[in-house]
Amino acid sequence: MHNNPPETGAFYPRDLDWHPPALTPGYKTSVLRSPQRAKISFDPTLGEISGPTFGHNMLGELDNDLVLNFAQPGASAIGERIIVHGRVQDERGRGVAGTLVEFWQANAGGRYRHKKDTYLAPLDPNFGGCGRAITDADGYYQFRTIKPGPYPWPNGVNDWRPSHIHFSIFGAGFAQRLITQMYFEGDPHIAICPIVNTIRDQAAIGQLVAPLDMNNSVPMDSRAYKFDITLRGRRSTMFENRKEGN
Amino acid sequence: MQPLNFLKESPSQTAGPYVHIGCVPTFAGIEGVYPEDLGKSMITGEAKGEKITLKGRVFDGSGTPLRDAMLEIWQADAAGLFNSPVERRGTADPAFTGWGRQPTDGETGVYTFETVKPGRVPFPDGRLQAPHITMWIVARGINIGLSTRVYFEDEAEANAEDPILARVEHKVRIPTLMAKREGDTYTFDIYLQGDNETIFFDV
Repeated sequence: MHNNPPETGAFYPRDLDWHPPALTPGYKTSVLRSPQRAKISFDPTLGEISGPTFGHNMLGELDNDLVLNFAQPGASAIGERIIVHGRVQDERGRGVAGTLVEFWQANAGGRYRHKKDTYLAPLDPNFGGCGRAITDADGYYQFRTIKPGPYPWPNGVNDWRPSHIHFSIFGAGFAQRLITQMYFEGDPHIAICPIVNTIRDQAAIGQLVAPLDMNNSVPMDSRAYKFDITLRGRRSTMFENRKEGN
Repeated sequence: MQPLNFLKESPSQTAGPYVHIGCVPTFAGIEGVYPEDLGKSMITGEAKGEKITLKGRVFDGSGTPLRDAMLEIWQADAAGLFNSPVERRGTADPAFTGWGRQPTDGETGVYTFETVKPGRVPFPDGRLQAPHITMWIVARGINIGLSTRVYFEDEAEANAEDPILARVEHKVRIPTLMAKREGDTYTFDIYLQGDNETIFFDV
């Protein structure tokens, strides 16, 4: 970790046209779960600028290895072995060090280990589907997993999710908190997915599509995909008009 | 002209119906990967201050409680200090993390946090905010996490001075931010839509 003092500047406002709106009728569940009234805006206070931190000592040895972290001894998860890696950075391009990144996904057949998932594809007894990592001093994280399968879901009659991995990222302040999904380069389901298409800007969708990264693949073992994540940037506090103690 | 060279924030996507697998795997029945679900215990020792239970439900526009939501809260300790490296005013209570994460119950939709009542935290201009808890709600059908604040109805004097509550134009909506006390339990229900739609913040 760098020894710089933590930054205390307020975060840039979110670009709400870049994010999906709350009400997106193509994704039917959003219709009754979308607030209708205008949100109330205010410049972040200390409670939004600060946030929980988690130490590297919290992590178990296999937390970032979904191939092994639920597997019986000597066994491993079934599927295409991949490494997912990238950098958590903010809108200024600065790496976000020491932040917790959590991920979860379906197995290679497109089935989640969850009692509410009743898809007929089988569970893999050696695959749980969750993992986590903490970014290094430059903001980098990586984990090993199997490529999740696409799966059908009840929305339209024949809607299928593209292969995807869910990500939860903390950042340095609670107002940077973000949950999103990573998609895979070249998947034809991306263009026709109602959840992907809650995002209106094609460039914003592209920001969630991880390219195949042969340079970081391990020969005869695993291919790699690169997925950078950008969190909100923050103002410099140099000329902030703040009272002592804030 | 020079470019400003800012990046764009990664766009949000819904947490989906299986958020539990990633965030509260033990709750989802996935045992043995992590020792305990993160954020389950906010009080890790002899925490100072008043111990309270915060509970409630999240209702959709039909009045049905969400049984697949996940909530996180972040708050100051009883003295008004955050357990965060950003906190410069003092050292927060080491027996209180300030951050909690709970799913809504799969049958009843009730969420429950065991926490302490927070102290007052200054607004950037130095005025004191009323005691409050920052809450973040994600679920299937919610495209970007919703931020709100839990205030306490029995803190009328502090609430009357709160700079954020003062900013709410439609005062009739302020009760949607007030947790109601019964003994040591505060109830805070969230309404995503309807006449009692909870105030959500863009912050």
